Amino acid sequence: MGLLIKNGFVIDSANKISEPRDILVSNGKIEKVDKKINNKTKNTINARGKIVIPGIFDMHVHLREPGREDKETVYTGTLAALAGGVTQVLAMPNTDPAIDSPENSEILKQIITKSANCNVSICAAITKKRQGEELVDFGKLKSNGVVAFSDDGNSVDNQEIMDEAFRHAAEHDLLIICHSEDKTLSKKGVVNYGFTSTRMGLRGVSNESEYKRISRDIELAKKHNARIHIAHVSCKESVGIIKKAKEQGVKVTCETAPHYFSLTEEDVLGYDTNKKMNPPLRSEQDKQAIIDGLKEGIIDVIASDHAPHTENEKNIEFDKAEFGVIGLQSILSVCTTELLHKHVLGWTDIVEKLCLAPARILDVDCGTLSVGKNADIAIVSPEQDWTLDKKQILSKSKNSAFLNKKLKGQVWCTIHNGQIVYMDKE
Amino acid sequence: MVWTKKDLLALEDLTKEEIEHILDTAGSFKEVSTRDIKKVPALRGKTVVNLFYEPSTRTRISFEVAAKRLSADVINVNIETSSVKKGETLIDTGRNIQALKADIVVLRHKHSGAAAMLARHLNIGVVNAGDGWHEHPTQALLDMLTIKEKLGKIKGLKVSIIGDIAHSRVARSNIWGLTKLGAIVTVCAPKMLIPVGIEQMGAKVTNDIEVALKDADAINILRMQFERDDRVNFPVQLEYFKTFGITKERLEKVKKNILVMHPGPINRGIEMSSEVADGEHSVILEQVTNGIAARMAVLYLVAQGK
Repeated sequence: MGLLIKNGFVIDSANKISEPRDILVSNGKIEKVDKKINNKTKNTINARGKIVIPGIFDMHVHLREPGREDKETVYTGTLAALAGGVTQVLAMPNTDPAIDSPENSEILKQIITKSANCNVSICAAITKKRQGEELVDFGKLKSNGVVAFSDDGNSVDNQEIMDEAFRHAAEHDLLIICHSEDKTLSKKGVVNYGFTSTRMGLRGVSNESEYKRISRDIELAKKHNARIHIAHVSCKESVGIIKKAKEQGVKVTCETAPHYFSLTEEDVLGYDTNKKMNPPLRSEQDKQAIIDGLKEGIIDVIASDHAPHTENEKNIEFDKAEFGVIGLQSILSVCTTELLHKHVLGWTDIVEKLCLAPARILDVDCGTLSVGKNADIAIVSPEQDWTLDKKQILSKSKNSAFLNKKLKGQVWCTIHNGQIVYMDKE
Repeated sequence: MVWTKKDLLALEDLTKEEIEHILDTAGSFKEVSTRDIKKVPALRGKTVVNLFYEPSTRTRISFEVAAKRLSADVINVNIETSSVKKGETLIDTGRNIQALKADIVVLRHKHSGAAAMLARHLNIGVVNAGDGWHEHPTQALLDMLTIKEKLGKIKGLKVSIIGDIAHSRVARSNIWGLTKLGAIVTVCAPKMLIPVGIEQMGAKVTNDIEVALKDADAINILRMQFERDDRVNFPVQLEYFKTFGITKERLEKVKKNILVMHPGPINRGIEMSSEVADGEHSVILEQVTNGIAARMAVLYLVAQGK
């Protein structure tokens, strides 16, 4: 009945464990974590040489359902999640219809109940239809189980409405996640503003369009002493602004995505639309600032911003292609390749940013290997060299920025609610 | 040298040697157009498809003439009456042309990177005849051929490019090509038409027309595209002519043998006066003639690439 994970090296940041441990799982829960567990359970996983971590909580995922089932479904997206060691996701509300009412969140909940392969938390919109005009019913949505609010993909341009949103947020203790972008500055930009946009003959998206809006959003949150989480931080100035706000005691947290600390604008030069996302890949200097921000703890979370798009929407002229890349299946591997093996972060910090911090920020009970908790576990081959092949992608869409890229470190096994739900065949 | 590239997409991608090789090849093809029977059999049995998504007279005819003088069969696709109007994607159109066993596609497209994308998806050759604001490599090649022919060299020469640099693929290709061959390139325009970071391409920047003209061996004047609808504060025509327009008076103060070039079509009285366009320094029509040789060289070489 139970499951025993033997001989693994356990990283459990919450419990400050970073040493060899066996883990006994029964009835879907973690029953025991100890140096040597001898149990006569039939199911034993020999995790010698592997790293055992809590299941990842990816707090920025577009599952596209309802409405764009051609791009992704809750079923396929969560299947890809499991293959990436992700056992909990936060589904973003820019669906069709948008998750902007209790009725619509109910629709999504039913889809989740029916077809999700891992846990899915719901993020609702800040405004109706994400149009930035009329606020949603925060209270009702919260009591309906929504854990955060975001117009992701859009920023709420109207300052009064955003001000009002933060007032509500403070009152109901809600988390607002900001896609901070001033579209009057980013305009129709498609790549980083600067030498790259000039060289490629494309319109640029300046750092300013991001950090000016982050400044505004943080100011508004500060005014109401509300919680604010900044999504997909990509540039140097943004990290500086968030650092300062944290020092001033603003309740601000933030995330970056794997592509912002592993790729730069140089990677876009071949007009590969799988390198087109919003915000765009930035300069080497920005990438370094993101890495420093992760190191210094200014950036709390690494989330994939998994954004599936069909071949038809990507395999076209760069200007016309959709923004966004998938990332659930590569999130951990990019972290090990770029952060662990390059000695930017150790395992404890990686687990903090992938598992624990999202759980804390969204107040979801996961991200640890504490006794009694749901047995959501990822087992990792830390030295495994591999290359992401299109055929391995379980998402409905294949628009990964890391296709054919050499990675080091791979999820070997994923356990969800005590069951082995993914096992690398090799 | 042995040519290996199946495509010509951007001068940024080429080495100095490759550019020189194209210019040398063009030089030897130039004579063909002076013959009584203007034809060589170099591309006999090959098919060249001109796929133009943007209106063009000069470039399209030039490619057609170039291909025909190499004895290739030429097909011009009229976008207005093609399946593109029915929503076919660029890649699908390209694949169909490939399935028709064409050998080279010459692509003109309004989106930067279109030629690069098509080349990635096709096994046959792709020649970029202008993509968005990105590059127009054959235009820069013919410009360089003209300079080389008129002034005997490119290395060490001062070339100024004047006009809407921000939206100009001609400017970008010229900057890459000329600097690779050792010219000193200056771009000159109102501030709002100088794109960010252009100096990293190797060009000097000025907003003063006198500076751009002083000591220049050649000037390349770009067309002002007043029809652009996406700019605020775009200079008004008269104002532009007053501040940046090339006039006889301005040319009197500079090098006696300065070359005046323009990729066409000219806005007479806006970027240059009629007097200058038709004057002694103007090599504008010779550029057009050199366009044939430059494109013959490109078609001939990419046909050998794998």
